[in-house]
Amino acid sequence: MAIMNVNPTRMQLTKLKKQLATAVRGHKMLKDKRDELMRRFIDLVQENKKLRDKVEKELAQCNSHFVNASAVMSKEALDASLMSPKQQVGVNVSSKNVMSVDIPQITTSTRTSDSGDIFPYGFAFTSFELDDAVMSLNELLPDLIRLAEIEKSCELMSAEIEKTRRRVNSLEHVMIPRYQETIKYISMKLEENDRSSRTRLMKVKDMLLDKEHNYSGKYS
Amino acid sequence: MAKGIAVIGDSESIKGFGAIGLDIFPCDDVENVAQLFRKIADGDNYAIIYLTEELFAQIEKERKRYEDRITPAVIPIIGVKGNNGIGSKRLSAFVEQAVGSDILFS
Repeated sequence: MAIMNVNPTRMQLTKLKKQLATAVRGHKMLKDKRDELMRRFIDLVQENKKLRDKVEKELAQCNSHFVNASAVMSKEALDASLMSPKQQVGVNVSSKNVMSVDIPQITTSTRTSDSGDIFPYGFAFTSFELDDAVMSLNELLPDLIRLAEIEKSCELMSAEIEKTRRRVNSLEHVMIPRYQETIKYISMKLEENDRSSRTRLMKVKDMLLDKEHNYSGKYS
Repeated sequence: MAKGIAVIGDSESIKGFGAIGLDIFPCDDVENVAQLFRKIADGDNYAIIYLTEELFAQIEKERKRYEDRITPAVIPIIGVKGNNGIGSKRLSAFVEQAVGSDILFS
């Protein structure tokens, strides 16, 4: 791992030590965030899978109802019966913050007070297959909306988890080792300087004493 | 603010949704779906946009723009032509993006 391009000074060392402490703390927190997000994501995605299987199965049934209806009614009559809907579904979206990810919370409202009030046609000229089809589709609607809510949440969360994972990895495998190595390099350099100045001093002292008392002449 | 729910798909698959109070946008020509989708999504009047699977696969580029926003949620549903597994594949892709490999549904 390459060390950073810094001057080996004491000031730089304290600065780097502080930065390392921050990085370690940040790494720990991000790791916790990633783990918690992952736990929630796994729960959500499993629910999503179940709901999707259910919705797809029921939607396939609804479609077959519609196919039956169009088999017994003329296309024009069928289109005409569905042309002017009675009901209007609106949704209110608020957001909920889960580990810094905003996920949608969807509530529905219908135009008429009775949400079962759906048949936009009289029963006299339409087949009962059409009633079945419209009714089963209406029953499926809450699940469809819940599916949208969960699937959007999964989409947002998976993107956030990926981001957090990258951050955790870059801190763990790049930033923190780099700080550690640089700190090691600076402290070694400083120690080395220390030692060299100490030997220099000793040498100078020897020379001075030698000059003053002529030690080398006495003992050699 | 109350928003609506849009359903885009071939007219056969989606006409039922009109009856239960969703806004339907028939699109029988796969060439036009991108333009239609952009129009609907940019208006910001819809919180959820359901698309039939074959159309969903056509607008990958357009969907990207709305991936990191809360609304609209763009959701694939099956049409009359049956299920071709795009919905499940999408879930696997989420897991793969989050975990690194698909450990749940593979």
